[in-house]
Amino acid sequence: MKNHTIRGKVAVVGVGETRYYKRGTSPDPEFVMALEAILAAAKDAGIAPTSIDGFASFHDERSTPVRLASALGLKELRFSNLVWGGGGGGGAAAVGNAAAAIAGGLAECVVVFRSLVQSASRRIGQGSAPTTVEGANALTMPYGIMTPAQQYAMKVTRYMHEHGVDRKALQAISLASYHHAQMNPRAVMHGKPLTEQAYDESRWIVEPFRLFDCCMENDGAAALILVAAERASEFTDSPVYLLAAEQGVDYRSGARGHNAPLYATSGFTTLAPRLYENAGVKPSDIDFAQVYENFTGGVLMSLAEHGFFKPEQANDFLVLENLIAPNGKLPLNTSGGNLAECYMHGLELQIEAVRQLRGQSTAQVDGAELGVVIAGPMVAPVSDLIFGTEATL
Amino acid sequence: MTTSETYFATAVSAPIPEADGLDAPYWAGTRQNKLCVQQCSHCDTWQWGPEWICHHCRSFKLDWKEVATQGRIYSWERTWHPPALALKDSVPYLTVLVELPHAGHIRMVGNLLGDPLQKVEIGAEVQAVFEHHDEVPIPYTLVQWKYQ
Repeated sequence: MKNHTIRGKVAVVGVGETRYYKRGTSPDPEFVMALEAILAAAKDAGIAPTSIDGFASFHDERSTPVRLASALGLKELRFSNLVWGGGGGGGAAAVGNAAAAIAGGLAECVVVFRSLVQSASRRIGQGSAPTTVEGANALTMPYGIMTPAQQYAMKVTRYMHEHGVDRKALQAISLASYHHAQMNPRAVMHGKPLTEQAYDESRWIVEPFRLFDCCMENDGAAALILVAAERASEFTDSPVYLLAAEQGVDYRSGARGHNAPLYATSGFTTLAPRLYENAGVKPSDIDFAQVYENFTGGVLMSLAEHGFFKPEQANDFLVLENLIAPNGKLPLNTSGGNLAECYMHGLELQIEAVRQLRGQSTAQVDGAELGVVIAGPMVAPVSDLIFGTEATL
Repeated sequence: MTTSETYFATAVSAPIPEADGLDAPYWAGTRQNKLCVQQCSHCDTWQWGPEWICHHCRSFKLDWKEVATQGRIYSWERTWHPPALALKDSVPYLTVLVELPHAGHIRMVGNLLGDPLQKVEIGAEVQAVFEHHDEVPIPYTLVQWKYQ
């Protein structure tokens, strides 16, 4: 283990979220949701909101730090950070950046958050394609590749081809999220269980993704509050510590027109080894995984790249009983995930990881001490993190 | 091979060369039924999509070379949910990723001509079909693929 890391230097002391709604049905504007989630996290931490001095988020967050700071009446802002890149790939990186700011003394109390309220109109498939496209888009969009599902489908198909992975493995991932949502009253799909048959019969979006392989679209907001580890006990009896957070891309993953040399990947082949090295743990030490289901195929590749099974073992490992709390080999997305709790760009996964380690999950893993959170598979950059209890320091 | 039929009955987004000129030779080549991609003049490394600098030796001197209009299917997807209104009557449709082993294994995205419900074989040999769009303000050509 290297000496110079953020391991154990920063703790999550508060989490908060709004109610989660189907897309376009939030009664409140996006900025109100952001404020509510942040204030809920502050209340959870028992911290005065005016103690917040930094914000970190990722990709296209519209509730900006300066507006938030001004609205909340913060004395000053010392840190604001937005991770570049697409989709949810930067979710864990936002935590890493917030932690780096705290560990480096730039700020003392940083909120990691996402707010998301979208118009009920302009759903995917109902918009118009641009008249002209250039650059990277010119190599894909004229051939009908426009949505995230379409951008990633070929990666997953290639991976399943190279490693002999069956659709049943994708089904298990989807069923696990829906299973856990039935225990979580906050989940949008609470009360709406998914059967194998319903999964198999759901309509194709773009092969290999059926409807239930794809994340929902939701309105809501979620926030976490981070402080230096030595202050954590001022705010909570159960601080959750950040052991490691990694972000980035592997070799030439940005080559245009689907030319990344390693194509069939979720992007974690270089991150995952660093994550475990910096955290000082192994995959077999991990008690649960919260893995961003933009699409089940991304989860498949992420879990293999994080060392939970070899790709050739995916069919054997990815069966429902291995993935459900409390006794599965690797409980997965224990509050319902992007598929069934809420698509809050992965912030809901981070909050669930914290709840598991506090013993407060609706699908509690007995004695959980270490959890991995994997953000935005297949996008660029990607990020991941490991949280641990005090016992793991 | 060329076609005056278009894969999509309703025009989708038209590609135009970038203003800085980086990809102009590729698009100009397609208008002449040619596939032109970058090869580093210093180290002979093939490079696609285009970039200003060789990723291998970092020379800024990249040549554009014409390559054989054939390849192998590397992956594929069949779209059922239309991603835009213009495509609502075009689903399902097939998009493929074609590998060019003779040009450093670079890859190109295109549509696979023929029955959109056909079984797609990864590894199958395909040849390029240049789909000309001449009746538009900035004429362009797409590179589609069909089984050999």
